[in-house]
Amino acid sequence: MTATSQVKSSRAEVTRSDAGQPEPARLSGVRMRTGGGAGAYLRKVGAIAAKDLRSEWRAKEILGTMAAFSVLAVIIFGLAFDLRVPEADMVVPGVFWVIILFGGVMGLNRSFGAEVDRGSLAALLLAPVDRSAMYFGKILASMIFMLATELLMLPVMLVIFDISLLRPWILAGAFLGTVGYVSVGTLFAALTANTRARETMLPILLLPVMVPIFLAGVALTAAVLDGRTFEDFRHWLGILAAYDLIFLTIAFMVFDLIWEDA
Amino acid sequence: MSGASISSQGRTATASRLRGWDIAQLILNIATALAMAALMWASLVYAKPAVNLAGNEQLAQRIFYIHMGCNIGAFAAFIVSLIGSITYLVSRNLDWDRVTQASIEVGTIIGLGTIITGSVWSKPTWNTYWTWDPRLTASTITVLIYVAYILFRNGIDNRITKARFGSIYALFAFLSIPLTYYSARWFRSIHPVVFNGENADAQGGFAIGPSMSQTLLIATISFSLLFSALMIARWRQLRLQDRVEELREEVE
Repeated sequence: MTATSQVKSSRAEVTRSDAGQPEPARLSGVRMRTGGGAGAYLRKVGAIAAKDLRSEWRAKEILGTMAAFSVLAVIIFGLAFDLRVPEADMVVPGVFWVIILFGGVMGLNRSFGAEVDRGSLAALLLAPVDRSAMYFGKILASMIFMLATELLMLPVMLVIFDISLLRPWILAGAFLGTVGYVSVGTLFAALTANTRARETMLPILLLPVMVPIFLAGVALTAAVLDGRTFEDFRHWLGILAAYDLIFLTIAFMVFDLIWEDA
Repeated sequence: MSGASISSQGRTATASRLRGWDIAQLILNIATALAMAALMWASLVYAKPAVNLAGNEQLAQRIFYIHMGCNIGAFAAFIVSLIGSITYLVSRNLDWDRVTQASIEVGTIIGLGTIITGSVWSKPTWNTYWTWDPRLTASTITVLIYVAYILFRNGIDNRITKARFGSIYALFAFLSIPLTYYSARWFRSIHPVVFNGENADAQGGFAIGPSMSQTLLIATISFSLLFSALMIARWRQLRLQDRVEELREEVE
């Protein structure tokens, strides 16, 4: 907190000293844009997410990789279980969630990894917005990538395993699971962005913490595929929602600490 | 406290002389060794055999005291690591980060002990080394999380960054454990279990007599001592390691 306030005060000084010098009007100093209420905050979150989506639209490195990996993984799992598994719906819930977990790591690695590789992380951190807005913007962008990949997986799963996962509660579970996954994953991606062996470290950190999401997702999907009633699987939705709530809150609280010396 | 003793040791270079903290640690180590010896005697000799078991199961149930002790030691370690990580994030005193690191390292090893002793016991009792029982699942995932913590720390060069990132991860790691446990518990049954409900289908359980509960008490004490002794030894070692690092930087 102290580091942030120091940054704020030094920026304020810069603004004051700049004011005396003749400069173009556009560059007349930087002010932390902390005011403006919830609407302004959401616009900042949207701006960060839009930046990620735009750079993805131009570079096409995250979504393409995740989509290709997911399709490939469905096919490989289909081959692997073809001989020994009599009913595809025995393995489909597990396959679906394993691919979400492993494919998601690829996208999350690029979330901050791409910023580090392009050298744009410092520029992003200099953006005059609250760090938490950056966090939620990154979450939003990663969620869009992951949900798009999951939607793409549905028809592929239908073709390979002949099982439609297009059911409202499975989709709700996938959405809640993705929220929790991305909220923890974005924080961990930020933690690992500057470490050695970043690409391999993220899954090692992330997967054991994701076990509740994985178990709840698999059980929920299996229960829906078995045609159980809502009462039989609503506690899984509860676990997913509780996970999302707990970890979003804590990640929001500690995200400020990550770059306090940057 | 010990910082003074360490630095004075460094200046006068009398490595052979014992200071207050060294003596305290020595006493703790001796007490731990005695307690562990007492636990071995109590669990193997003193505790009466279980009346409802025979053969291999009778032999195997004696590992329970070590298993329970490991479990308590690991639990204490991870609680201490949570306290250490939160206190570090608030106070920014590296000593607390060393507390987190030392207790996680010790806790991971003791936690592995829990899993291994459990597997050894479950082979004769459940006829399998492994099953996806919620306790097994949660304890294994816990150990894996803390192994990840140790690996993660090694990947960071800056000492302060290491402490901060490690503490953030340790916080998340600890919080995910109860969720893992409850989701694993629900995962194995079709209907949700009532919280704290007794498992009527539990295999290999046994009622506890007086000699057994005394042995359990000894196990609790001796493994708490073992954790404390190892943790404090590792903590002081980490302190010295950082001190050496600082001195090296000064020299260079």
